Amino acid sequence: MTSVRIDGLSKSFGGRKILHDLDLTVEAGESFTLLGPSGCGKTVLMRLLAGFDRPDAGTIRIGDRLVAGDGADVPPDRRGLGMVFQDYAVWPHMSVADNVAYPLKIARTAADERDRRTRRAIGQVGLAGLEARMPSQLSGGQQQRVALARALVSEPSLLLLDEPLNNLDANLREEMRFEIRELQQKLGITVIYVTHDQEIALAIADRIGVMDETGRLRQVGTPDDVFDRPIDAFVYRFLGVANFVPMRRVGATWLFPDGAAVWPGEAPGLAGEHATFGCRPFDIELARDGDGLAGVVRRASFLGAQMDYLIEAGGVTFRAATDSRRALDPAQRFEEGETCRLAFRGSQWFDTAVADIEGGAR
Amino acid sequence: MTGSFRFGTPQILFGLAVAILVIFVAVPVLLIFFNALWVNGSLNIADMVKVLSERETYKALINSLILASGVTVTGTIVGTFFAWLVTRTDLPYKGAMKVLFLVPFMLPSFIGALAWKMLLSPRSGYINRFFIETLGFPGPIFDIYTYQGIILVETMYLFPFVFIQVCGALERMDPTLEESARISGADLFTITRKITIPLVAPSILSGALLIMLYSMAHFGTVAMLGIEAGIYNIPTLIYERIHQSAGSFAAIRTGTVLSTVLVIAAALIIWLQNRVLSKGRYQIIAGKSFRPTEIRLRGLRLPLLAFCIAYIGFTIVLPTTTIFLVGGLKTYGLPIAVENMTFDNYHHILFEWDLTRDAIWNSIGLGLAAALITMFAGVIISYVIVKMKVPGKGLLEFLGMLPFSVPGSVIALGVILAWSGKYGINIYNTIWIILVAYIARYMAFALKANSAALEQVHDSLVEAARASGATMWQALRDIVIPLVRPGMVAAFFLIFLPALRELTVSVLLYGPTTRTIGVAIYTLNEDGETVYAAAMAGVALIIIVTAEVVVKRVFKIEK
Repeated sequence: MTSVRIDGLSKSFGGRKILHDLDLTVEAGESFTLLGPSGCGKTVLMRLLAGFDRPDAGTIRIGDRLVAGDGADVPPDRRGLGMVFQDYAVWPHMSVADNVAYPLKIARTAADERDRRTRRAIGQVGLAGLEARMPSQLSGGQQQRVALARALVSEPSLLLLDEPLNNLDANLREEMRFEIRELQQKLGITVIYVTHDQEIALAIADRIGVMDETGRLRQVGTPDDVFDRPIDAFVYRFLGVANFVPMRRVGATWLFPDGAAVWPGEAPGLAGEHATFGCRPFDIELARDGDGLAGVVRRASFLGAQMDYLIEAGGVTFRAATDSRRALDPAQRFEEGETCRLAFRGSQWFDTAVADIEGGAR
Repeated sequence: MTGSFRFGTPQILFGLAVAILVIFVAVPVLLIFFNALWVNGSLNIADMVKVLSERETYKALINSLILASGVTVTGTIVGTFFAWLVTRTDLPYKGAMKVLFLVPFMLPSFIGALAWKMLLSPRSGYINRFFIETLGFPGPIFDIYTYQGIILVETMYLFPFVFIQVCGALERMDPTLEESARISGADLFTITRKITIPLVAPSILSGALLIMLYSMAHFGTVAMLGIEAGIYNIPTLIYERIHQSAGSFAAIRTGTVLSTVLVIAAALIIWLQNRVLSKGRYQIIAGKSFRPTEIRLRGLRLPLLAFCIAYIGFTIVLPTTTIFLVGGLKTYGLPIAVENMTFDNYHHILFEWDLTRDAIWNSIGLGLAAALITMFAGVIISYVIVKMKVPGKGLLEFLGMLPFSVPGSVIALGVILAWSGKYGINIYNTIWIILVAYIARYMAFALKANSAALEQVHDSLVEAARASGATMWQALRDIVIPLVRPGMVAAFFLIFLPALRELTVSVLLYGPTTRTIGVAIYTLNEDGETVYAAAMAGVALIIIVTAEVVVKRVFKIEK
């Protein structure tokens, strides 16, 4: 188990600043996910951690050891880490067993020990029996497991995963992300996982670091923190579909854009006259009557697991969702053209303009 | 980049790559330019112009131009016509014909020239003698020792450059382009003229430029057929000067000046070709193969088939048979008849005569050594160019491109300048100087094959090895080398096969015991030992064709 400490890390490529003065600490035994849009520099950060690139400034420590910066430059092969690449990088000329055994061969592990650990790693990723196969005979998911076994076989204290599930289909992705999480907890290794997929991030991480396009870390926290207590609109938007509504304050009440409808809940303690109110589709509760915001259903789509609505209310269009169990109950199902009342179970208020939020994310 | 300069594996590889290219390629070429431009320690263009305006050098330049242009025009017409015939018509046995039209690529053209000399030399050529003695013609029907003769022979061996390119383009062309013209009411011949030809024009042009490049720097045919009639081109004049004067200053200077002109011309052609290719890759020529519409030849079908068979018989079968038959004659000039035949010549050159036996082993040894060394050097240099992010890579890429544009005779002359003791090492007249020249000459092939293979090896495969604890050397040994092995094998044979029949370079560099197969045939012919030259050529053909066929069967290498 090893902690990772990054201090003041900066990196530019061809005059373009990718990372700027980045600080981050990952605790020993932690599963840490770096979440950010593509091109935000998270892969660059991985490559700096692995030692494939050298930082322009700042230091990286793995455990107590300074591996980059301050005159240190430990090559990748001496950093004692495992890494899984986005494109698997399984060596096409080696069998599954040879691929997985390679790190042990390089480390000159005794042959019987090597065989034992290779078999165990292959078993851990569920590929037992396929040892003699060549990569071309494996599916994408199986190749990814080979890459994972190869990264785990030398029992590294730190495992780096660079979007390893991207190229897999949805079912496999879901299965693999739990397997990775399970392995991480079983082996107790430190994992740094890079992805732009918030679902994977939430499922796999002890803590998440959300990065923006400029390579800045916006928020670091537990999945609960970043999902439910986002530090700003960028983080909120990046973690899932959201409605954003420009609100105007008149005295103590907040008005919706139509200038008439009044915010039904508790007023946020914001001093400005304008603010943005955000909520997720599942935060909206629909009722036939009551004191919620009055609206009209414009579109209702049944998506299997959920019912998806577009509702016009307060001069804007909301996206709302209810789970199927309720949607299939005729009493609680709304058809297009019906009126309804909206209650907000959860909400976020930001003192940023909607245009900045919409333009700033993704 | 921050941090101090580290001396690690990347720097060693980079240094090695630069060193190989500088020593084997850059130094000889730069010495040529230096000797051409510098006289008595200062830049002297006027003197260069003076050398060029001497009657003989001037004539050689003009001759190179005449011959190259002539061969380019005829080769392009022949190549385009046959390519169209085997891809776009209903000619019978098209597949077999296509393979047969590529056979001339395997055969060394100087052996073909030797055969044509035996058939069409004005007095002693068998065909001319047949017409004069048997049919009572007043004089020879064709004199091979002329511009037309040289152009004719070179065309036979160079037209496949255009043939291959045009076949490829015609096969990959989207047939809907032609079909839509047909729907618009155009007949097939109009379509061919107005649609097909313009669309394949870049391929035709690119093949034509290849012919020109090759013909401009071509030694063998001109040496075999031209010298008799006083027709010299640039490479043969360089050879003549260096050979006669045994390396005098004036001869070397003429050689370097001519070489400079040759390099500039070659560079110009390559530049033009790159422009044609970069412009010509229209989207219409898609990557996949289509089944193109075929023109029905109708009544012309059988006459055209007969024409193709006659062409192949005339250009491949006739000269090859002549070589073997003359090689079996008791004395040159005897009629070809069973009572005049013997196996003694073949026996003599294979088992008794040191000169020819040495030549065979020299060629095989040189080919193997050059192929092996150049293959490994090519891997290292390609790796640095394709995979490494090091400053100064541009220089390396330029040096790597250099061998593409430097003709064989120029390399030979540069090697003489560099390795004849002036700079501490004298390997002149030894086998090593030929090896050094071969490495320079064939470096381009090795770089091409290896770069292509390396581009298939994704960076993350190497990085995965590094992350697994492998040093850069271990990653190279365990991951990169095994994955580029097909490229290396290809490079090996792309060098070994042409090296077996090499003449242009070795003829300038050979010593008393270091003849190659090509040199042996050439010198035997020069010395009037025509039957031995023919027998040696026959043996060479067997070795070359066997090697080609075995290699292609076993490794399925596409040229």
